Amino acid sequence: MLVNTFKTLVKFMLGSIRDLAPIIIVILFFQLVVIQQPLPNVSQLLIGVLFVLLGLTFFIHGLEQGLFPIGESMAHAFARKGSVGWLLTFAFCLGFGTTVAEPALIAVAAEAARVAASGDLIGTTQIAMDDYAQGLRMSVALSVGIAIALGVLRIIKGWPLQWFIIGGYVLVVIMTMFAPPEIIGIAYDSGGVTTSTITVPLVTALGVGLASSIKGRNPMIDGFGLIALASLNPMIFVMAYGMVML
Amino acid sequence: MTFIDMLNQIGSTIAATFHDVLPIAAILFGFQFAVIRKPLPNLGKVLMGFLWVLLGLSLFLIGLEWALFPLGRLMAQQLTDPAFIAGVNNVEIVTETVRELVWTDYYWVYLFAFLIGFATTIAEPSLIAVAIKANEVSGGAIGVWGLRLSVALGVAIGISLGCYRIVVGDPIHWYIMAGYVVVVLQTLVAPKLIIPLAYDSGGVTTSTVTVPLVAALGLGLAETVPGRNPIIDGFGLIAFASLFPIMSVMAYAQISQWISTRDKNVATD
Repeated sequence: MLVNTFKTLVKFMLGSIRDLAPIIIVILFFQLVVIQQPLPNVSQLLIGVLFVLLGLTFFIHGLEQGLFPIGESMAHAFARKGSVGWLLTFAFCLGFGTTVAEPALIAVAAEAARVAASGDLIGTTQIAMDDYAQGLRMSVALSVGIAIALGVLRIIKGWPLQWFIIGGYVLVVIMTMFAPPEIIGIAYDSGGVTTSTITVPLVTALGVGLASSIKGRNPMIDGFGLIALASLNPMIFVMAYGMVML
Repeated sequence: MTFIDMLNQIGSTIAATFHDVLPIAAILFGFQFAVIRKPLPNLGKVLMGFLWVLLGLSLFLIGLEWALFPLGRLMAQQLTDPAFIAGVNNVEIVTETVRELVWTDYYWVYLFAFLIGFATTIAEPSLIAVAIKANEVSGGAIGVWGLRLSVALGVAIGISLGCYRIVVGDPIHWYIMAGYVVVVLQTLVAPKLIIPLAYDSGGVTTSTVTVPLVAALGLGLAETVPGRNPIIDGFGLIAFASLFPIMSVMAYAQISQWISTRDKNVATD
């Protein structure tokens, strides 16, 4: 058991070295050839690179041991149970719960409140800024929850994904014309910050597991697409929030 | 940094990661025990997996903080430094020269943007996860490396184009809307199997490794180029990095399909 774990870890470690090599090469090339400056703090850099290497290795190992199996086994269990209501509730909770705690989103929301206050869009008091940031976080979390639930419903029904995405794009373009200009940059970026490193594997396993346990669904066509919806929906919700609040 | 500082930082990062994983674990196990009401198969293995994820993510984040981010920020700063771009050392003539720079003078910035975009995407943990899953589900038809390389190429092109946009100061929405049009047109002709995966690959690129490095590059550039505003122009590289992989993944599928039909035609001739 222990020997096997060790063997897999070594295998993943070699993979991680290969994955990180391009970054190291690019940085060394630019630092030494183009900019021609010595590297600062070499010992701290080396420890950092070692940690990144170990971290990536452990993460991939944990992914295959923990996140992938639990995502799929829950998808199968829900499909056997046949309760669409519970499945949608679960999907919503997963999307909402993981997003509301997302550190990147907390940082972006606070920054957005600061920008809005300095542009005289909202009051400059701490309370007004906190309210605004809180509202922004809630709209993003709500939008991700709804996106995952909608995506799960899409898998169950077998609706084609492209209609959702293209429809969503059209909505984003129309809203961009009417939304306050100050919110647009933040709205576009909030789509990117929602999908964190733990959420992505879990949601992917859930979608693929669900599509493979429902008869008539193809895991390739129906299983993917949850992340895409979770990246698109926040843009729409944040612009709507900007239009209502500002 | 002393050894004690290092230990402190390791401890606080593990605590923070634990704090992030906790709500996810609560939702998972809550539904497993309250709604599904069946014991989880291999509970011990899954819990061990969670521990590995927790430990791995913490070490990864600490390593980024110690090595990649400071270096990335430093390099973004050095490459966008007016004196470096203008190629002069005399402080008095730098401002003069910067005003006369045209977009082609920023060639090192574009090259750096392209290469760092490519390299960080290859190391992106979320993309690795999705690629493993896609390979497994497609029965090997979609290669792990084929997907990862085409996503990385998309991000590289997206970020270098985004840097060009900051330098020339074009409005972002024209680029994004033109990109949407290309995506819609490609959707009509690309192989059906790839479409959902291509859409997903836009979302997974913008995460742990890519975002902080790319944001530093965008802000550095927006601060340096005369007439650019960091708040307005510094944004948007992330949007480019999310849009272009969609196109490159669909293009990858279109090219592989074209090659395989061509080979088939050659074989039957």
